[in-house]
Amino acid sequence: MIRDITIGQYYPAKSVIHRLDPRVKIICTLLFLISLFIQRSVLGYGAATVFLGLVIYMSRVPLGFILKGLKPIIMLLLITVLFTLFLTREGQELVHFWIFRITDKGLEITVYTAIRLIYLIMGSSIMTFTTTPNSLTDGIESVLHPLNKIKVPVHEVAMMMSIALRFIPILLEETDKIMKAQIARGADLESGNIIQRAKAMIPILVPLFVSAFRRANDLAMAMESRCYHGGEGRTKMKPLVYKTRDYLAYMINVVYVLLVFFIGRFVSFHIWIF
Amino acid sequence: MSIKLEHLNYIYSPGTAFEKQALKDISLEISQGEFVGIIGHTGSGKSTLIQHFNGLIKATAGALYYNGENIYEEGYNMRELRSQVGLVFQYPEHQLFEADVLSDVCFGPKNQGLSQEECERRAKEALDLVGFPEKYYQQSPFELSGGQKRRAAIAGVLAMRPGVLVLDEPTAGLDPKGRDEILNQVEHLHKSTNMTVILVSHSMEDIARHVDRIIVMNRGEKMFDGRPKEVFAHYRELEEVGLAAPQVTYIMHALKARGLDVRTDATTVEEAAKEIIRSFHD
Ligand SMILES: Nc1ncnc2c1ncn2[C@@H]1O[C@H](COP(=O)(O)OP(=O)(O)OP(=O)(O)O)[C@@H](O)[C@H]1O
Ligand SMILES: [Mg+2]
Repeated sequence: MIRDITIGQYYPAKSVIHRLDPRVKIICTLLFLISLFIQRSVLGYGAATVFLGLVIYMSRVPLGFILKGLKPIIMLLLITVLFTLFLTREGQELVHFWIFRITDKGLEITVYTAIRLIYLIMGSSIMTFTTTPNSLTDGIESVLHPLNKIKVPVHEVAMMMSIALRFIPILLEETDKIMKAQIARGADLESGNIIQRAKAMIPILVPLFVSAFRRANDLAMAMESRCYHGGEGRTKMKPLVYKTRDYLAYMINVVYVLLVFFIGRFVSFHIWIF
Repeated sequence: MSIKLEHLNYIYSPGTAFEKQALKDISLEISQGEFVGIIGHTGSGKSTLIQHFNGLIKATAGALYYNGENIYEEGYNMRELRSQVGLVFQYPEHQLFEADVLSDVCFGPKNQGLSQEECERRAKEALDLVGFPEKYYQQSPFELSGGQKRRAAIAGVLAMRPGVLVLDEPTAGLDPKGRDEILNQVEHLHKSTNMTVILVSHSMEDIARHVDRIIVMNRGEKMFDGRPKEVFAHYRELEEVGLAAPQVTYIMHALKARGLDVRTDATTVEEAAKEIIRSFHD
């Protein structure tokens, strides 16, 4: 049930994308996310689709698995879509009933927003699917390293982020277990009105919080007993080193972003699907 | 009451890289009043198997009949099944949530729709049964020791008065006295109320001492199913899959090898003692 949530999980497989340097993946993902926002044309989104499709194909993570990661944001997606669809007033009116009106402009924005959101999640989950939490921290730390100069505790922030990421699947697993245990004691999670349902969550939330705090405590203790004291003077067993494939990946990504940028800039004609 | 499994298969996360066949073609039947032990190496599928008994997880393929009714049929009353088949999870202490122990144990009976007094009566009875000290009834369950938490959690399931009690390693991490107390109580319940008990354990001694029948799991498959003496006679095969016979069984074999004329099928210390004494008298 709850295990279907896949955000933040690592998907073990042997692929080029898995082997890329985490810095490459972080920066390229960022550029990809930016590229989603600098375009408003079918051509641009076509390029994004091709690029994303290619990366997913190369990563050997099954598409179904990535799509499953979208489930938790379906609500958010729906709300966004409905609001933009009905509240955009500009453009030519297509349909009108009661207080609702749908304009062609609104429809266009809605489609783009939905695609953006979906690609956003897919793009970033590809990064977490193909990068172990450990190398993700290494990457984040290294990418943010310049901020050290302005007294940002980069190492600590990176550590916190990676722990948070790592804890998502653990807590989901725990939730699953606790839910099962309470269902076995006759807990009814499915029926009743909203208040009854919220009340029914208590037997699950309380043990979950208790266990989260216990885990956090244990982890802190384990880290301390191994003499962890933050980033200062800490060296790495496997320092990050760029390889040829990493430079290649950067190049492909930059070409893609430039392409999208120029499409947005100079291809002024608007191909409209409808 | 009977539980019958027919060609049951279960696969975790099918269709992904994490795909894992946890159960392979399991068929077995457990009838009213049996005391069954399930043993198997770590990851052999014991916990997965027992979660099928009250419908918490649904088999990927195969059928499960409770009292002759297929529980996977449309409209089968799962809640009723769950109050009939009480399942105590591995590390059940993680399910405690109420402000005090007594209310926590009342959670199950309350879900069965019983009155407050009846809930408390059953809760007290269950707590007493597992040897939970009365002075801690009003204590927060989070301030108890591990063993006390375990008892409170087991009581939480017993208070529902299930017809079938399934225990997943109920004694892991308890001291020897606590372990014996709980298992003796369970056996007492089994004898006095004819309750069906299914016990998962890694302790061959506990299993040999209490159960009438052993099911051995190996890599998701049923390897042996029989009376303790029959199963432990295969101690060589058991060792190959990371299990063992009770220690006394080895002693009996060693005695026999050194020329003492004893039968080697004793599985508990008492039996072994009797057998050795008998061999001296002959
Ligand atoms: N929630 C899950 N998701 C995926 N795989 C799982 C899950 N739970 C168990 N497994 C896998 O299924 C197999 C059987 O697990 P199960 O928990 O039934 O073993 P077990 O016999 O109870 O072991 P133990 O003696 O350690 O409790 C194991 O290989 C395990 O890795
Ligand atoms: Mg188990």
